[in-house]
Amino acid sequence: MTATAETSARTRGHGVRAEGVTKRYGRSLVVDDVHLDLPLGGVTALIGPNGAGKSTLLSIVGRLLGADAGRVSVAGLDVATTRGDELAKRLAVLRQDNHLDIRLTVRDLVTFGRYPHSKGRPTAEDLEHVERALAYLDLTELADRFLDQLSGGQRQRAFVAMVLCQDTDVILLDEPLNNLDLRHAVAMMGRLRDAARELGRTVVVVVHDLNVASCYADTIVAMRDGKVAACGTPAEIMRPDLLEEIYGLPVRVHELDGQLIATYYG
Amino acid sequence: MTVTTRPARTTPPAALVGGVGGLLVLAAISCLIGVAGMSWEVLWVSRLPRTIGLVLAGAALAVCGLLMQLLVRNRFVEPSTVGTTEAAGLGLVVITLLVPGSPLMVKMVTAALFALAGTWLFLRVVRLMPVREPILVPLIGLMLGGVISAMTTFLAFHHDLLQTLNTWMTGDFSGVLQGRYELLWLVAGLVVIAFVAADRFTVAGMGETFSANAGLDHRSVLAVGLAIVSVVSAVVVVTVGVIPFLGLIVPNVVSALVGDNARRGLPWVALLGSGLVLACDIVGRLVRHPYEIPVGTVMGVLGAVFFLHLLLRRSRAA
Ligand SMILES: Nc1ncnc2c1ncn2[C@@H]1O[C@H](COP(=O)(O)OP(=O)(O)OP(=O)(O)O)[C@@H](O)[C@H]1O
Ligand SMILES: [Mg+2]
Repeated sequence: MTATAETSARTRGHGVRAEGVTKRYGRSLVVDDVHLDLPLGGVTALIGPNGAGKSTLLSIVGRLLGADAGRVSVAGLDVATTRGDELAKRLAVLRQDNHLDIRLTVRDLVTFGRYPHSKGRPTAEDLEHVERALAYLDLTELADRFLDQLSGGQRQRAFVAMVLCQDTDVILLDEPLNNLDLRHAVAMMGRLRDAARELGRTVVVVVHDLNVASCYADTIVAMRDGKVAACGTPAEIMRPDLLEEIYGLPVRVHELDGQLIATYYG
Repeated sequence: MTVTTRPARTTPPAALVGGVGGLLVLAAISCLIGVAGMSWEVLWVSRLPRTIGLVLAGAALAVCGLLMQLLVRNRFVEPSTVGTTEAAGLGLVVITLLVPGSPLMVKMVTAALFALAGTWLFLRVVRLMPVREPILVPLIGLMLGGVISAMTTFLAFHHDLLQTLNTWMTGDFSGVLQGRYELLWLVAGLVVIAFVAADRFTVAGMGETFSANAGLDHRSVLAVGLAIVSVVSAVVVVTVGVIPFLGLIVPNVVSALVGDNARRGLPWVALLGSGLVLACDIVGRLVRHPYEIPVGTVMGVLGAVFFLHLLLRRSRAA
């Protein structure tokens, strides 16, 4: 964590704070003594190879999974001890793979994003949030379709719309760009950045595309073998030697139109 | 909460009003057909209680089917496919043997406790099973129900109760008279609770991750839901007997029509549940007139065919 990020964390409060988080499955250590300190407001990209422990860490931070050791607080609340319904107003999380056994329409699903606030009795204000989230993710036309009548990318957008509709300080998304086409991927990252800049949300996204991380994130956290291998601004992380070490693949980094773009093909 | 802030779509759609109309027509037919001559006395003491009993039991059992399907997250479960009903029957036999001539209320409470225990056992077994194949879940339930039934039959056989047991375990409204069905109003109250908590059940049906994300207390919703299911099953078994498969047929049909959002689906489930039981009862009274075929038997035939249809459709889709 850089000095500037640390000062701003102290002055503006913590978005996500993890101290010594550890998780084992049997003998294998999948999250190994992770410390994180993300200030309130900003987009953090979590990157790293398959099996690095990104989803496991995100699930622990999002209180979907208990840690074997360590503490996590989100928006100043300890996720292990805060009541679930209180936490749900401050923290929203979406897993990597989502499947619903029940048939819901897109609008119903997104409306359930308001559940922590409305407890199932959506007010006019809640419904405004729903319509806005639908429009935000280009779902208005599909709002009355059942989820099982959508394409993979459309369904993914519906789940993200639900989580955004929850309107929480901290938003954790595990590979939200899965199945999205270029236009919708760019639009979604833009929305997330707006939420961070304009509304002060703390957004943590797991992404595999280094260039998405480089162009949209304020902070990049790179994981490898359950550990945080590097953490910093895109300029600090988008370095060929560092990326090669993390991915075990030669990576070149170019400056194009003021952005740091990695190439790694061929 | 004021009316103006309610979303427009929770106002009853015209179709639902039509459905209520259809139900009233069925109820009127159910009141008027029958063997004995008609008089106000007959209507008041026998016909009306019978029709009200059918409406209440039908709605409640169908609603229970939906609750179970959401809570267990399996399309094939309902009280008669997971052992709940059989456990209630066992409770009824046990209390009859231990305290002969106990009041209806005591019988009902005992049956409800047994139903709760049976359902809990089913959930434990399902949780312990490593296989997550949806089709296996009701099969486990049917086996469990079979074991409980066998115990019940064994007890009844040894105490010369087989005949009585048979009448208990076949849903039949012909014995429903004033003074013998009022417990069914209790299930109406439980259905109201299900309506109030509808969104909780839907969120629970979305699974553990979504429940956790929404801050829903999954355990307490599960507990309340299973309590409702157990008490309804017990009351229905004690007052009219078993009506199998109703909770399977109706929610599956409603799911195909309006989806699984319980707030939208529940009115339909209750309505169709009542309507289907009324229709089966009318059919049972007409086919062998002047004799009656119990509604449980009619529903059993219908339900078995429907269950098979569900299974076949699934295996074709897979
Ligand atoms: N339930 C589990 N039981 C045993 N091992 C598990 C379990 N869940 C995850 N793992 C292991 O933990 C490690 C980290 O998994 P995780 O899902 O966090 O990786 P990831 O960084 O999200 O990878 P990906 O990029 O593929 O999504 C992997 O090696 C995985 O095999
Ligand atoms: Mg992952």
